[in-house]
Amino acid sequence: MSTEIMTLNMGPQHPSTHGVLRLVVELDGEIVEKITPHIGYLHRGIEKLSEHRTYHQTIPLTDRMDYLAPMHNNLGYVLAVEKLLGIEVPERAQTVRVIMAELTRLKSHLVWIACHALDIGAMTVFLYAFRERELVMDIYEMVSGARMTSNFFRVGGLSKDVPEGFVPAVQNIVDTFIGHFDTYEGLLTKNTIWLQRTVGNGVISAEDAINYGLSGPPLRGSGVDFDLRRDEPYSGYEGYDFQVAVGEKGDTFDRYKCRLVEMRQSISILKQALGKLKPGPVLADEPQVCYPPKEDVYNSIEGLIHHFKIASEGFPAPEGEVYVGVENPKGELGYYLVSDGSAKPYRMRVRPPSFVNLSAIEKMAKGSMMADLVAVIGTLDIVLGEIDR
Amino acid sequence: MGVDQPLGENILTTSLDSLVNWARKSSIWPMTFGLACCAIEMMATGAAKHDLDRFGIIFRASPRQSDCIIIAGTVTKKMLPVIQTVYEQMPEPKWVIAMGACACSGGIFDTYSVVQGIDEALPVDVYIPGCPPRPEALLYGIMKLQDKISKERNSFGSTIGLGEKLEPAA
Amino acid sequence: MAENHRAVVKLKERFADSILECKEFRGEVTVTVKKEKILEILKTLKEDLRYNFLTDVTAVDYLGQSPRFMVVYNLYSIPNKDRLRVKAPVDDSIDSATALWNTANWLEREVYDLMGINFVNHPDLRRILMPDDWVGYPLRKDYPLQGPDREPYKGRLS
Repeated sequence: MSTEIMTLNMGPQHPSTHGVLRLVVELDGEIVEKITPHIGYLHRGIEKLSEHRTYHQTIPLTDRMDYLAPMHNNLGYVLAVEKLLGIEVPERAQTVRVIMAELTRLKSHLVWIACHALDIGAMTVFLYAFRERELVMDIYEMVSGARMTSNFFRVGGLSKDVPEGFVPAVQNIVDTFIGHFDTYEGLLTKNTIWLQRTVGNGVISAEDAINYGLSGPPLRGSGVDFDLRRDEPYSGYEGYDFQVAVGEKGDTFDRYKCRLVEMRQSISILKQALGKLKPGPVLADEPQVCYPPKEDVYNSIEGLIHHFKIASEGFPAPEGEVYVGVENPKGELGYYLVSDGSAKPYRMRVRPPSFVNLSAIEKMAKGSMMADLVAVIGTLDIVLGEIDR
Repeated sequence: MGVDQPLGENILTTSLDSLVNWARKSSIWPMTFGLACCAIEMMATGAAKHDLDRFGIIFRASPRQSDCIIIAGTVTKKMLPVIQTVYEQMPEPKWVIAMGACACSGGIFDTYSVVQGIDEALPVDVYIPGCPPRPEALLYGIMKLQDKISKERNSFGSTIGLGEKLEPAA
Repeated sequence: MAENHRAVVKLKERFADSILECKEFRGEVTVTVKKEKILEILKTLKEDLRYNFLTDVTAVDYLGQSPRFMVVYNLYSIPNKDRLRVKAPVDDSIDSATALWNTANWLEREVYDLMGINFVNHPDLRRILMPDDWVGYPLRKDYPLQGPDREPYKGRLS
């Protein structure tokens, strides 16, 4: 009997590639011998576009990169600009940012568990997780008016204070979500099919994980204790008590466990943040940079001119370069800004966690069955909008 | 229908057009084809809260089984040939929905790599604005498509020698 | 100050004549080095100074200057929890860091794709985001935002 290698094309239109990812897979029977990912089907030129926009105008572009976690993208970007300008953000704004960031983590992980489970054949979880996600979306809508592309943070704070009803809505999530997580775990954690598809699948060692630059749950699942919220705290994360979930074996099941622990920890952080939420300003007192309050814009000519000036001309940033990394649900999301002293970034570089994580797929899925490749894509939790930018 | 049951209670009379259009509009099978952010809202529309199934809309993974393609997201120059291939693989009759600002006009991405609206390549039936459109907007857009389908004129009769043959509009 | 940073001290000892500039801005240390020594310097940083995590490789186009590009490596040390940025001015090519980190593979491909910088000894230097037959390097400053084949839309700021 002679065998030959078969080349199979998967994507960019494929239901389980999570977007427009294309994989060219070389198969020996059903065993994956080699994977060549082809990306760039969603390359929109965000980095180039931001060089032609002022610092404020770039914020909505960042929403559309990792569209499962828009507020994290906003957060990383505004933190980078604030670092460049040397602005301090008021405490209330920081706390609201933490709340929104953790809600975003929940939202992103809910989509991950929904799609990951759906790919492996557990459809019920998909419907449950999307039902819960709607609650987070409602809070998004409450604070920003949009369900996904929020554009809520501003350089120096928030676009506006949170409305009435925000705290009870978050409290509702804190109270009910643990029970929902128990439901998902009840459906999956001891499910024989789930275990057979995930345990020992997509293994990557700690050393390889660092070598491939993985970050976020894929890195922690391999046993590397690295979480930017704790190691390089931003937006007041140093004041919260939370546990960083670390796996052991680095397989799909460990990453699944890590993300579930992370979701439970997010609830704990939300609980602490609600306790810290005190009245106060939500925008720094930096008239050169921050928009004036809406009442001034509507009622005084000075306020209107002020608003118009910032909206049309932006603000000059000091010459220099900064890098800020935030712990996005996918991994380390970094913004590298180079300023030449003008009102537009000279260069904005995004360090995309999904892009770097995806590059390890060759290592992780080699030697596995073709059907398990889908599980590996799911466990990497990639977002093509951010990979291609 | 203008006929008072001359044929008994179980028989309705109608035109072939209405019957076929009714069947077509009641079982639109769009393709699972997500491109970007809009795809997530499309998934949310199909999931628990908004539930597309109640309109007879079931996502199909293969273009060969679908009659509607929802362009949900930014179309890049690299992706365009793929979309065209997929569209050509779909059997007639087929409809195109452009979901979101990017698919309608390129949206905020007026850059070197983005196609400025899918209507440069495909015949779009319904445009849905928004960035991304809410699930309700997508539902409304799909219902607009249903309205459009229900008003279509076909020439089934002419194939068996009855009625007129409609030439496609030039 | 940047001069007292532990990595900078060590690098100055070993590669005194390859270091062009050390700078600190907002608490971030940036070391600019000659591109000929980049591999050795990165190797020292990785193996002796425990900067084991290559966060990012990117490039900045300083059109009008010579050398034109600046290749930027953002390093992180997981055991020591600190960052260091290494930059190297480049005209068109630089040694690839893929031998040290697999991360560099895709990141350098992206720089090659969008900036047109050649990475010597890269195992698989192909375009990654743009189509294979694309002409030009979009992130260069002299590449028009809307692409070369389209009249720029003048109705707004862009």
